[in-house]
Amino acid sequence: MIDEAVLQRVLGAALRTGGDFAEVFAEDRRSSSARLDDGRIEEFTSGRDRGAGIRVVRGDTTGFAHTSDLTEEGLRAAAEAAGAAARGGGGGVRELALTRREAERPHGVEVLPQDVPKARKAELLVRADEAARSSGAGVRQVGVSYGDSRRRILVANSDGLLTGDDQVRTRFMVQCVAAGDTGMQTGFEAPGATVGFEFYDEVDVTEIARTAARRALDMLKARPAPSGTLPVVLKRGAGGVLFHEACGHGLEADLVGKDASVFRGKVGEAVASPLVTLVDDGTYAREWGTYAIDDEGHPAQRNTLIEDGELTDYMWDFLRARKEGRESSGNGRRQSYQHLPMVRMTNTYVLAGDDDPDEIIRQTPHGIYCVQLGGGQVNTATGDFVFGITEAYMIENGEVTEPIRAANLIGNGPEVLRAIDAVGSDFDTWAGTCGKDGQGVPVSSGQPTLRVAGMTVGGTAGA
Amino acid sequence: MPEGASPPAPTAKVHRPGGKSASSGDLLELVDRVVGWAGPGEQVEAYAARGHHTSVRVFDGEVESLSSADTSGIGVRVVVGGRQGFAYAGSLDESVLAETLAEARDNAAFGTVDEFLGLAGPDGVEPAELDLFRPEMAAFPADRKVELALEVERATRAADPRIRGVETASYGDTIAESALASTQGIRTTAQRTVCYVNADAIAGEGAESQTGYGYSVGRQPDELDVAKAAADAAERATRMLGARKPASRRVTVLFDPMITSRFLGVLSSALSAEAAQKGRSMFAGREGEAVAVPFLTLADDPTEPRAFGSGPYDAEGLASRRNLLIEDGLLRGFLHNTYTGRRAGQPSNASAVRGGFKSTPGVGSRALALAPGTRSQEELMADAGEGLLVQSVTGMHSGANPVSGDFSVGVEGLMVRGGAPAEPVREATVASTLQRMLLDVAAVGGDLEWLPGGSAGVTLVIRDVTLSGS
Repeated sequence: MIDEAVLQRVLGAALRTGGDFAEVFAEDRRSSSARLDDGRIEEFTSGRDRGAGIRVVRGDTTGFAHTSDLTEEGLRAAAEAAGAAARGGGGGVRELALTRREAERPHGVEVLPQDVPKARKAELLVRADEAARSSGAGVRQVGVSYGDSRRRILVANSDGLLTGDDQVRTRFMVQCVAAGDTGMQTGFEAPGATVGFEFYDEVDVTEIARTAARRALDMLKARPAPSGTLPVVLKRGAGGVLFHEACGHGLEADLVGKDASVFRGKVGEAVASPLVTLVDDGTYAREWGTYAIDDEGHPAQRNTLIEDGELTDYMWDFLRARKEGRESSGNGRRQSYQHLPMVRMTNTYVLAGDDDPDEIIRQTPHGIYCVQLGGGQVNTATGDFVFGITEAYMIENGEVTEPIRAANLIGNGPEVLRAIDAVGSDFDTWAGTCGKDGQGVPVSSGQPTLRVAGMTVGGTAGA
Repeated sequence: MPEGASPPAPTAKVHRPGGKSASSGDLLELVDRVVGWAGPGEQVEAYAARGHHTSVRVFDGEVESLSSADTSGIGVRVVVGGRQGFAYAGSLDESVLAETLAEARDNAAFGTVDEFLGLAGPDGVEPAELDLFRPEMAAFPADRKVELALEVERATRAADPRIRGVETASYGDTIAESALASTQGIRTTAQRTVCYVNADAIAGEGAESQTGYGYSVGRQPDELDVAKAAADAAERATRMLGARKPASRRVTVLFDPMITSRFLGVLSSALSAEAAQKGRSMFAGREGEAVAVPFLTLADDPTEPRAFGSGPYDAEGLASRRNLLIEDGLLRGFLHNTYTGRRAGQPSNASAVRGGFKSTPGVGSRALALAPGTRSQEELMADAGEGLLVQSVTGMHSGANPVSGDFSVGVEGLMVRGGAPAEPVREATVASTLQRMLLDVAAVGGDLEWLPGGSAGVTLVIRDVTLSGS
């Protein structure tokens, strides 16, 4: 993307105001998407974003500037702006030598989506639409989205690092509306993976469509969700969001460093049920949050965060790690070259346990069973978090019975982690977008079927 | 912080005066050029935007980061043979313009033929004179921006001895500029400036932490009220100290203005004609019916000078206008862009919105507000007697569904007893349905204020919602 000698000169220019670290992050992102809605392919969209973000660190201060001009002149202007923002005195000229480091990719990409004819992508949309509409007379509306992106990045810094990555992601979404005597309900399904068009060899778009349609139809029969504290069983995959919110964000070193996490100072302590081992793993082949290097050039890692209930470590980016005199854990990510990196999760999951998933349900006299979640939110300083259920059922006398309508569940991270009293032997993951400080990045979360002894369910009916 | 806790996002699409890129004149020249490349029988629309954005974050009296950046890009829409295609590029380089048009044209070949597709044409409505752009912003020095961020942090800490820290204290500003042109005779430009300070305070000792958020927004820095942002953050955090989980029950809730603004944001998506036509709105097919209490009136008015979402034109270049959506409880109509208007056999009411140059215009509100009542929040609490004053909500995105109307969100706030604020509560939810809530509105306050984003805040009292706790 940018010549090595140019990078060296630009980094040199960035450090002229006295910075002690400089970095060039360049990105070339091509994306394509297509949307079918209301029975019509509304439009195909193509996008291109290309540019570089330059940061200069001096002490605890970071100066940042970005540009879409990748010429030496454009990069130098951004470098000078970043340097001025982190200005100090002194400075002078520093000689830099860059050493290229090849990133080790967790898996290869077989078919670049950009090489696939648009007509084939259109055909996927139509097939999904037909499958959803033929799922039941109650299905009134179907929206289908296709999306792919190829993000090539380059990272060069004043520590001499020069590396890059080529990240290809593919996602398919179906959203259905069903209508009946009880009003209208929605259902969606949206798998995604860090792979190319070969994704469609493994997932069947008609299956995705039928799942979304079934959810909407089932919800028509749902009764209001209960209100109050109940045992909650989370089906494999769906409940990963709980860990993302209950403790994932609270284990990000930037929030910990600002005293904005209930997990501050807890390394080595028991913070969860001994049944819980939580991992954040950016190397998980093909998963939605996977990459070879993070957006600071550090290779992705598999990091154990909680082992048998004991907090083992936080997640780290370059700046927070440098402050503590340790290595980054490969969690420095950014939405685009227009953003500063910060500590972010990748694929965060709980390892499978020993319990039979069906037995977990049978051993629950009265509670709710969550099959799909619709996202969540946490206040890391208090530990209070919510997540929405979009497909859930009552458990009565150890059996899954009627569906219940959408609601949020609320809990406190440390309390909920301790209240996990059964962990199943199955496992699945779920793809989503994580938002933090206005930046969205692809992440996944995963878990086996498990049970929380009690959580507040925010419905309207009696518990 | 995760969703919901970020600073008020400047809603402006942006751009920079002064320096290399002078006024929006050059942007208009650029979009004109792209439109001039339209082939026979093609409708082409080009939208170009440019922005200059500064943000300063401070922590513990030191600058944590200072970003200064220009963004620019173009989005091109082509309608040909009853099909539509779109492409964008995050650059205004000469080399990408033709490529972007060519991509949009190629994409159009794969769309479905739809007789209602087509670009907007001028409709004769004159744009409102709005003072949204302050040239002073470009000259405001970086040192002063840093000082404002440091000041909001200092003031938050100083506001109360129980403030233990300030997780985020920041200043941000945006200077935005855009131009739109089309083969149908649309030629518009818009410029705006916006700036903010905000603070996330942490209060508490030992194991307890409570948080509170405060901010101030303006069109230029001298409109910012740093003291108020700091005082709000500190008060919201300290008044939550000792908060407990409440017992489950039915309650009357009082939404603080900021919460009402977010509540209106959910209603807004159900008031789009696109959602209604596609059967994705709980209001579909209910025009003329009573959907709310008789004293509730809701309008979108992007000509309102105090609203941060206002602008002279909508995203298709039609002059902004006031649209009455709910009047005295009756559903009066929906927000339309050119496409939904044609589909409904009526003109657009200038409610096209776009998220920037990366998407085609959709339909939405920009300055939604309830007609305010006359009573203050204190008076409304006194009237309610018992209830819950909600100061923050979580999970609005995962718990409020404008299609089904299902509503369930996490809340923090103060119980109201004997007409006055009492003990703080947390880790609870409130739930109802949006349809029910509009019919259960007990009062709209007189404390209307324009907040960042597309809707105004006002205290809103709603009876009979389910509070879930222990």
